[in-house]
Amino acid sequence: MADTNGKPKVGIFSFACCEGCQLAVLECENQLLDLLGAVEIVNFREAMDKIGDDYRIAFVEGSITTTEHIEELKEIREQADILVALGACAWPGGLNIMKNFQNLTEVRKYVYGDKWEVHDSIPTRPISAVVPVDFYLRGCPIDRDEFVELVRSLLLGKTPNIPTYPMCVDCKLNENECRFHLGEICLGPVTRAGCNAICPTFGTKCEGCRGLVNDPQVNAQRDVLEEHGLTVEDILRESRLFNGWEFGGGEDLGYKGVDVTVIQAGGE
Amino acid sequence: MPQDVNIQSNYVTRVEGHGNIILNTKNGEIEELRFDIVEAPRFFEAMLRGRKWYEAADITCRICGICSWGHTTASLNAMENCFGITPSEQTLKLRQLGFNGEQLQSHYLHVLYLVAPDLLGVGSVIPLATTHPDIVQLALRVKRMANDIMCVIGGRHIHPVACKVNGFSHVPRARELQDLKERLVASRADLRTIVDVLKTLSLPDFSRETEYISLADHGHEYAYIRGEVKSSDGWQRPIPEYREWMHEWVEDHSTGKHTKASRNAYMVGALARFNNNYGALCPEAKAVAEELGLQPTNCNPFMNNIAQVVECVHCTEHSVQLIDELLDMGVKQEEGHRNVTVKAGTGVGAADVPRGILFHEYAVDEDGTITGSNLVIPTGQNYANIEADMRAFVPQILDRPQNEIQLFLEMLVRAYDPCISCSVHLLDVKFV
Repeated sequence: MADTNGKPKVGIFSFACCEGCQLAVLECENQLLDLLGAVEIVNFREAMDKIGDDYRIAFVEGSITTTEHIEELKEIREQADILVALGACAWPGGLNIMKNFQNLTEVRKYVYGDKWEVHDSIPTRPISAVVPVDFYLRGCPIDRDEFVELVRSLLLGKTPNIPTYPMCVDCKLNENECRFHLGEICLGPVTRAGCNAICPTFGTKCEGCRGLVNDPQVNAQRDVLEEHGLTVEDILRESRLFNGWEFGGGEDLGYKGVDVTVIQAGGE
Repeated sequence: MPQDVNIQSNYVTRVEGHGNIILNTKNGEIEELRFDIVEAPRFFEAMLRGRKWYEAADITCRICGICSWGHTTASLNAMENCFGITPSEQTLKLRQLGFNGEQLQSHYLHVLYLVAPDLLGVGSVIPLATTHPDIVQLALRVKRMANDIMCVIGGRHIHPVACKVNGFSHVPRARELQDLKERLVASRADLRTIVDVLKTLSLPDFSRETEYISLADHGHEYAYIRGEVKSSDGWQRPIPEYREWMHEWVEDHSTGKHTKASRNAYMVGALARFNNNYGALCPEAKAVAEELGLQPTNCNPFMNNIAQVVECVHCTEHSVQLIDELLDMGVKQEEGHRNVTVKAGTGVGAADVPRGILFHEYAVDEDGTITGSNLVIPTGQNYANIEADMRAFVPQILDRPQNEIQLFLEMLVRAYDPCISCSVHLLDVKFV
């Protein structure tokens, strides 16, 4: 599996998603030619005819929603030395997890009617529920500067500088007025930073697309949201927009996320 | 006796989403010909149930990374239709300007990144960086500009954040609009280069008459985000009546639904818009159309790529005009998005996105909770037409080597600029 010209070979793969994270990669217009000078892309269906399957680094976007996906993802993991989850659908499952809170058969009938069994669909899971993941690029979509930072770090063999602190830090750095002070709500206090607080900067709340910080203060967040008039049902709905996997959507698949009973106990 | 052909093209490359082409011929007859859609369904219509009215655009824009602004627009139009809201002139102008940015971004991506390699005989845009560095630099430049239009207005181009029901949560500064205008004006030279290059290349000569469906704005504006639905077969209807003329069905080989209207198939997208709304194009766009040999009504699906370039010229000129109008008005932060009165009911919205006309329909209860939805995506509407084109095209190319036949069919699929991840969805949902 020797690399030609010392350039590591890269594959970019896609499961259930909007393919916006691949598009964000193509959107690195200012750095794209430099990136292509440093790596050799051998498999990137959206942008090119396939060259080969001897990639060392695999970027994977999308959630796992069919049995075929599971097999394809395992093959990618088998081949790749380094596997990177690209975007919220890959981890923690993003919007696609909302399906898990409804009866799957009913969901399939609602959309495909009499022919609901023709197309396979299993409960949604992030790629980390199927194979080990080495690095996570978060967000819906990913942040292109963070993508460039990760690729640069992989090439240099150093640890990528990806924030672990909450979104509020980014917001303060942008001198945004706090959404709570404006009488609104926000998921920023429990959400990982790194997006430069784009939603609050453009006048709207953080929806949590970059996933939870480590050890999120869910209790405190629940109290604050309740103080701002949200019911338990509202809090769970907001939390499950992008992070359903963490808020009970992975339970049937054996994943222990946030203890949802803590939120449900609120207001009682 | 013509050769027997057996083609199974798994995961057609350089399209958005997962699709396969299957072709078997025996003794010159087509035994099997299918365009399979194998994208995993995501069930957006079901997932929307139980979500709030203000989340619909944030959720449905995630159907597609490329048409994100278009889904946002159709979604906001549908919710405003449901609540009986007419947004301010400033909101509509900003929405249209961002929409033009998406048309430019999507068309440039398609023509320069995905189709140009076919015309220049390579497998992707990557080798073009060595053989045609000027073209690649140009492609990066114009696409960046188009993305920046959406970034300035909506925060980012993939999944915009500032576009709200009845307004914007953030508006651009005059200097940002001025800067965009300067770059749009400068891009005229790049468009000239693109047109000059396209003039030296030839597209496959194939034609099949079909029905063309698009938005139409009473013959005034080249319609993208409002108007009525117009068919080249001579009818025009209000947007909310889409269920009256559209017939949808599920094919076993496709996770995307097929549709038909007056005939067995119809086409949506740039060529359909061009054929139906030619009179509303700006003079600069008409001149480029003539230069590139595109006149209405044109029935060569490969010319969809040319129609996209003509639309790039139109959107560039239209955007310059919109920016001038916005600067004259003076853009200010309005409060419409904070003052939305929820009403129970149903609403339908449409937008003619890069790949064609798109419909969103929602049912909302008195609390503003979504109780049902139906989404009809352009590529789903094109499937039946793509298969009909293939059926007509194959006999004309059956004497070619098998790999050439496969390439021609892939080029035909790519000409439609299919957005497969978008198209996977839905059945006709009955609201109760």
